[in-house]
Amino acid sequence: MRTTTSLSLGLLLLAGSIALPAAAQKTTAEGIAEYRALLQDGNPAELFEAKGEDLWKQKRGPKAASMEKCDLGKGPGVVKGAFAELPRYFPDTGRVQDMESRLLTCMETLQGFDAAAIAKTPFGQGEQKNLEGLVAWISAESKGLPLNLPQSHASERRAYEVGKRLFFLRAGPHDFACATCHGADGKRIRLQDLPNLTKNPGAGDGFGAWPAYRVSSGELWGMQRRLNDCFRQQRFPYPGYASDVTVALAVYMGVNGKGGKTTAPAIKR
Amino acid sequence: MKNRRQMLTQSAALAGLAATAGWLPATALAYSKDAFDAKSVADALKAVGVTGAPTESKDVTITGPDIAENGAVVPLSVATALPGVKQLMLLVEKNPNAVVAIFNTSEFVESNFTTRAKLGQSSDVYAIAVMNDGKALFAKKEVKVTLGGCGG
Amino acid sequence: MADPMRIRAQAAGDKTTVRILMAHEMETGQRKDAAGKTIPAWFIQEVTASLNGKTVLTADWGPAVSKNPFMQFTLKGAKAGDKIAVTWKDNRGDTRTDEATVS
Repeated sequence: MRTTTSLSLGLLLLAGSIALPAAAQKTTAEGIAEYRALLQDGNPAELFEAKGEDLWKQKRGPKAASMEKCDLGKGPGVVKGAFAELPRYFPDTGRVQDMESRLLTCMETLQGFDAAAIAKTPFGQGEQKNLEGLVAWISAESKGLPLNLPQSHASERRAYEVGKRLFFLRAGPHDFACATCHGADGKRIRLQDLPNLTKNPGAGDGFGAWPAYRVSSGELWGMQRRLNDCFRQQRFPYPGYASDVTVALAVYMGVNGKGGKTTAPAIKR
Repeated sequence: MKNRRQMLTQSAALAGLAATAGWLPATALAYSKDAFDAKSVADALKAVGVTGAPTESKDVTITGPDIAENGAVVPLSVATALPGVKQLMLLVEKNPNAVVAIFNTSEFVESNFTTRAKLGQSSDVYAIAVMNDGKALFAKKEVKVTLGGCGG
Repeated sequence: MADPMRIRAQAAGDKTTVRILMAHEMETGQRKDAAGKTIPAWFIQEVTASLNGKTVLTADWGPAVSKNPFMQFTLKGAKAGDKIAVTWKDNRGDTRTDEATVS
């Protein structure tokens, strides 16, 4: 017997969108949806966003420079909308790069940091900790915008095809591929519905939700960390941080998700 | 316990608060260590000076999800519109220590507080209004947890 | 020095909804590290909120409050432009105060 009544104004605003008949038994999916809705307001990712904004403007590194001249694809220093168009091709490096790869480029060329060393640093430590703030803020500056990854450059199109191959590649001791969990509608692990990343709405919802704050560990995960953990769960070797493999997979998902509105930084289990 | 000057020099925004009552005077409620050390709901109530068994009341509400994807973060609200309430407590029966938080009522705020709690396992959660006369009124609901939130 | 809180205070008529996100580990003292040693408890114990310098809310917390705590309450009689300050103090004696303006 439930004895719930909502007196809290905040909860009323959130729960108002879930119209459930008073006497009906909630399905598990509805229950989980209600739990997630209750967490939307007051996402601890906001704490990371605040740090990220400071880090972007702070003079740091051996060159004592800020990131304010960093080009994320829409011109030096343009952050608004940049996340929704990444990964993309960058002429100055001649590579297709995602947000984290591009941040490494800027941290090295503008601030004098050692990108390779940062790539080797474990998640959550040292400069990797600072990257959490940066990716949270940069993605927040695109929140709600439709994903619109460019495919005009040949390298971008090739990255998509490579990503697609990788997505369906079965490997590891369990013969898993990304597609094993994310290649069709209606798949689930315990109580988590798995998005179908091969097309919308799954691709947009899935790709557009990372970076995200994970309540289970109280940590902010970027897409790089999310992919790293996927590889771990498939019992694959760990991918290099911001490597071409990870960027290609991101291009595949992001292009499949074209038009989907981003929610990053989201809040996740 | 650090003195007031030492505490304030550690704060970020101290200028406006330096002269004003940012902290309650020492005679006000001290941290209720015994309540937070208590294992059970009953012991917690004894620790805050409740006399007699608590009574279930429709005028006290506990709001939250029926099921939590992860016990590390469960949004919960405790509320009452009754007068004469000293404190509103939030408790999780099956946690190692039952008390999550104790909110002191005041004339300046509604007796309606929301926070997020860790639940070690599926459990009844309680909102308990401790009245000025020492009695306690409660509401409870069950929250199912799919993954416990106290350990790693 | 701990990271800043995020405080939002929105007035609607006579009521102001105050939402706060605090940056804190809220370690329960139940967990063990990789070597098997217990990670010591480290959590916010006292929270106070003031309106234009006057204390309006006090609360005691235990380690069962979630990491990076969220709290929401409703103030009576505040208006746009008023100053809200929130202070927390943890079991190590560390403290943090942040301010926001009611919008």
